[in-house]
Amino acid sequence: MGTATGTDVHSDPPRATPIRELAQAAVRFAGDSGDGMQLAGSQFTATSAMFGNDIATFPDFPAEIRAPMGTLAGVSGFQINFASRRIFTPGDRVDVLVAMNPAALKVNLPDLVEGGVLIVNEDEFTPANLQRAQYDGNPLETDAFRNYQLYKIPVTTQTLGAVRETGLGQRDAGRCKNFYALGVLFWLFERQLEPTIRWINAKFGKAPAVAAANRLALEAGYNFGETTEIFGERFRVRPAQLEPGTYRNITGNQATALGIVTAGELAGKPVFYGSYPITPASEILHELSGMKTFDVRVFQAEDEIAAMCAVVGAAFAGALAVTGTSGPGMALKQEAIGLGVMTELPMLIVNVQRGGPSTGLPTKTEQSDLWQAILGRNGDCPLPVLAAQSPADCFWATIEAARIAVKYMTPVVLLTDGYLAQGSEPWRIPAPAELTPIPIQHATDPLTFKPFQRNEVGARPWAIPGTPNLRHRIGGLEKEDVTGNVCYVPENHQRMTLHRARKIAGIVRDVPDQEVYGEPEGDLLVVSWGGTFGAVRTAVERAREDGQVVSHAHIRWLHPFPQNLGTLLKRFRRILVCELNMGQLEFLLRGNFLVDTLGLHKVQGRPFRVSDIREHLDALLGGQAS
Amino acid sequence: MSTTPDSTLTFKDFKTDQQVKWCAGCGDHSILVQLQKVLAGQRTDRDHTVFVSGIGCSSRFPYYMDTYGFHSIHGRAPAIASGVKCANPGLDVWVVTGDGDALSIGGNHFLHAVRRNIGLKIIMFNNRIYGLTKGQYSPTSDFGTRTKSSPAGSIDHPIHPISVAIGAEITFAARAVDTDLEHLQYVLARAAAHQGTAFVEVYQNCTVYNNDCYSWATDRQTKHEHIVYLEHGKPLIFGNNRDKGLRFNGDEPEIVELAKVSPDDLIIHDERTHDPSTAFMLARLTHPEFPEPLGVFRAMEKPVYEDLLMGQLAAARDQQGTGNLQALFRAGETWDVA
Repeated sequence: MGTATGTDVHSDPPRATPIRELAQAAVRFAGDSGDGMQLAGSQFTATSAMFGNDIATFPDFPAEIRAPMGTLAGVSGFQINFASRRIFTPGDRVDVLVAMNPAALKVNLPDLVEGGVLIVNEDEFTPANLQRAQYDGNPLETDAFRNYQLYKIPVTTQTLGAVRETGLGQRDAGRCKNFYALGVLFWLFERQLEPTIRWINAKFGKAPAVAAANRLALEAGYNFGETTEIFGERFRVRPAQLEPGTYRNITGNQATALGIVTAGELAGKPVFYGSYPITPASEILHELSGMKTFDVRVFQAEDEIAAMCAVVGAAFAGALAVTGTSGPGMALKQEAIGLGVMTELPMLIVNVQRGGPSTGLPTKTEQSDLWQAILGRNGDCPLPVLAAQSPADCFWATIEAARIAVKYMTPVVLLTDGYLAQGSEPWRIPAPAELTPIPIQHATDPLTFKPFQRNEVGARPWAIPGTPNLRHRIGGLEKEDVTGNVCYVPENHQRMTLHRARKIAGIVRDVPDQEVYGEPEGDLLVVSWGGTFGAVRTAVERAREDGQVVSHAHIRWLHPFPQNLGTLLKRFRRILVCELNMGQLEFLLRGNFLVDTLGLHKVQGRPFRVSDIREHLDALLGGQAS
Repeated sequence: MSTTPDSTLTFKDFKTDQQVKWCAGCGDHSILVQLQKVLAGQRTDRDHTVFVSGIGCSSRFPYYMDTYGFHSIHGRAPAIASGVKCANPGLDVWVVTGDGDALSIGGNHFLHAVRRNIGLKIIMFNNRIYGLTKGQYSPTSDFGTRTKSSPAGSIDHPIHPISVAIGAEITFAARAVDTDLEHLQYVLARAAAHQGTAFVEVYQNCTVYNNDCYSWATDRQTKHEHIVYLEHGKPLIFGNNRDKGLRFNGDEPEIVELAKVSPDDLIIHDERTHDPSTAFMLARLTHPEFPEPLGVFRAMEKPVYEDLLMGQLAAARDQQGTGNLQALFRAGETWDVA
């Protein structure tokens, strides 16, 4: 449970529960899919964020909307890591686990630290539920939990009792038990109830009985902690030192959607967002659909292919054209992305990666679309690819991608992943001055206009239909250099292929040099990309705190790679590439730079734990340094 | 938006400097010229006109039309054109496609463009064959058609494009023949004027791979025995001597001799009726059992996608004001760190 920074036994009020100060704590709410665990988790998150903790969250839910109740397949969880210092991950393991039924207990117990707080809803440990969770007998009646601080609370009956006065039926009343559990946790961590009560009142304003019931359940849970004295201690996690500013909590998908709208405003362009619903990218579609006061034109296409094609058409017609998808959708879009590359139009493709191949693990994270982003499509078809590194960074990465797309007249792929998309962290809201305009130049002069005449960065002019006397035709066939007329001359194809490749390679002038955390040369460099930043950086930080000599380079631009990356890699004797796939970045580094690499590959649908990387570092560095 | 006062435009102003590379005698030439004449006649603003095509012989069309143009990928033209229309509803957007492009690889996009009633004018050249890939059967080829890929005869049943469009709630559907220049111009002009999705099927002869597949509809001596022109409010009459008509016998259409029936018994064409069943029946009349209808099957008014799309944006701004980024960023709970 983080580092205990002191014990403080309060004497006022009398008989108050002792309070332990912690630098950081991780909590997980786990229950059945219908138990409202995501809601409880997000409320705990919002309250902790407003309190001033640095936070990182990770929801973990099944692909099925409602798996059979009480089964192992139906367990839904939400993890929050909160701290009085800067943190980058939701935490490897949890210090407090709330298990609302036997299945949730069984699935989540392995992640609870030894000595951790285990709160179970003992009402749900019925023979039927135990059987659904494949328990032989009731584990609560054994000494199976002697290494934890087990608190058995009759959450269901307590909740029903607390909300009785609202007159709600048993079923609706029972649905409030997530708020009861949340109330217990709020007491345990000295959190205020007001933000959640405000949220309840706003959310259930049209159903006063439901609002009242949820409020009563929340307060009853809190009061249970206050009055029963069953807990041996409470915990205090003080606010973190964050950069001054106004903050909000944000998920990766929310940040991506805000980035898209912002890019449109910065470019002075209507946004066209063409998309087909797909997990875990759909929230981007939902968010943008609600932003109609901006000029955001959302087109829910009939399929992934149509979504991409509509984006190509919208780009031709002059919109800031964007699509969002995930692995299988990305595969379907490849032909149309190739058309975007061939016609050299600006557009943004956001791929929220999930476990593959095929349908794979729709709700789980992975980084296995790097190859299809960089190497996909037919023909020599280069395009720029970058990856966001945290939920809030999705905002900045989206704007960066849009800026490159219009400057170089090219489709750009932004890779995020299910972990970033659904995970959240505090986002410092940028001031207007931090948002620099995205300059757009449209061709307007009929005397000088040639559709494939390139400028100093190799980009062709963007001449949009409706411009007087710039009528021209483009398409997927190879075009004559400069004029853009259809051309099958062999030498011309080679020349155009080179032009396209050089243009993309030239984007390196806008790619910042690769930074290194730690020494710029030496024995071991850990390399990562995308959503694994937090776990890898934390592991390297801790290794260095323990005296190990190891550096870290987190690559943001995957294509083109930063100018200095090759030189940098060669300054290390060993390179360890950590990624949630079977070695896709490794392959690219080897191919581009003729360096040898080691790989740490995890493909379990889950992000790295800090400990996954620490253990690997220890093995490579010969055990923990003293 | 689509017209300018430029009355000097002729069809030659719509020609590009590109050599037209269709085979000699191909029906595509005629369709190109008739459309150029229609656009010139309507004083179309070339700068606000976009032609989008897919893949196939017909899809070379944009290169020969001096407007904005996009020769895209197989089957996807309706989707690309939809993006164009949403990005700039002020453009006149045409889709040029073929039977394979629109109904096989692009069938899904075709259906959904039609269903949305988005402002695209989709001209489908139907030669009932794959020409550019050198002669395989297409989704409109007759059952039993012998081609390189069906040497023993096609075992696929053909679909009737207009009935498919009607099934997808088309608001404008019409059919013409490539060699009937005046009628083709009439139909294209009607499509050009339609709000929402307009679908025109053009019977187009492929001289190389499916020559004379429409000779029954083009032969001057006999065609009037095999086709019936649809005219709004008029009875369905055909024949070299205009001595035959179509009427309902129960639910089934039948051919009758005018001499033996009252004109009141004939089917009166109504392109505006909301009930699609008669139009659907007409779309399924096939040679040689029946005369095949040419003309406008259906011309309806219905809210148009791009108007609805832009209308929702305007309504949101009317109610909530123009979007403000800083306010958007601060939506929900925020907190300050000093």
